[in-house]
Amino acid sequence: MAPRYEREFKVAAEEGKVDPMHQFTIEPLGSWANWDMNGVNIAFTNSALWMMITAILVIVFVQMGTKQQLIPGRWQVAVESLTGFIDNLVQSSIGKEGRKYIPYIFTLFTFILFGNLLGLLPLGLVGVHPFTFTSHFSVTGVLAIMSFSIVLAVGFWKHGLKFFTLFVPHGTPIFMLPIIAPIEFISFMVRPFSLALRLFVAMMAGHILLKVFAGFVISGGLGGIGTGLIVSLPSIIMMVAISALEILVAGIQAYVFALLTALYINDAEHLH
Amino acid sequence: MDAEAAKLLGAGLAAIGCGLAALGVGNVFASFLEGALRNPGAADGQQGRLFIGFAGSELLGLLAFVIAILLIVG
Repeated sequence: MAPRYEREFKVAAEEGKVDPMHQFTIEPLGSWANWDMNGVNIAFTNSALWMMITAILVIVFVQMGTKQQLIPGRWQVAVESLTGFIDNLVQSSIGKEGRKYIPYIFTLFTFILFGNLLGLLPLGLVGVHPFTFTSHFSVTGVLAIMSFSIVLAVGFWKHGLKFFTLFVPHGTPIFMLPIIAPIEFISFMVRPFSLALRLFVAMMAGHILLKVFAGFVISGGLGGIGTGLIVSLPSIIMMVAISALEILVAGIQAYVFALLTALYINDAEHLH
Repeated sequence: MDAEAAKLLGAGLAAIGCGLAALGVGNVFASFLEGALRNPGAADGQQGRLFIGFAGSELLGLLAFVIAILLIVG
């Protein structure tokens, strides 16, 4: 075992536990730490770095597959199945008018998916610590606000003030309106929060869980061979299983974010 | 009661919400599977709705988790 890891293990053992929240700290990188603009710190952080890596990877992945060969290679098939998946999702939830939203929803989906998966990579083994930027409310919040602004802009652009009939479902009896309309309004206004919160909490919860079990493995192993067998071994098996679950969750959360965005845009396009 | 102790108790109580959301998510998938086995031809077309239901019930469990984390860390 490399001495560096041994030292980290000892430090972790002396503190008594591994801090599962440490992985979410945002740190400025290198000499950018003190950049500021009108007193606001605009340091280049690890979060920004991993967002850039994600964006570059997505661009490379899509570019490699768009050579438009007559006989598609494996890469092109992979990209085409991804675009076809999103195309299908948008067609089935928005319909014909949905075509113009495909670029946005595809970008959203791939960005979140790649970000989630990159954060799970075991790059810690080579000393690079991947940062899951989707586990921060500020990032997912901006994504959700973007989706919500598109819904508002499309709704008011297309329907004008008739957009407010969104809060009155078809066939509502007139005496039920004072109850139904506020409920619909609240459920509409809660959408960006629920959208952002779902992604951020799902990613954060999984990563905390992994680190808590990692802490069990370390403290069990340091306790001797007995606790090692009883505590560490089941914990590490559990970690493998949870990692598999996390890969599933990474995919599902990206899919759910894209799907719900498409559904909300559908509401704005067609009202009820 | 000590404020810190009350916080931790509250976090434990919030964990009940996570368990209840697990029941909800299980119910969503169980019902889907039940329907899908009766009519496998219609199952693929309903996958979007399946995930909407999943997202809706999952969110409440995640909210309970947020409350627990806020009580412990915040």
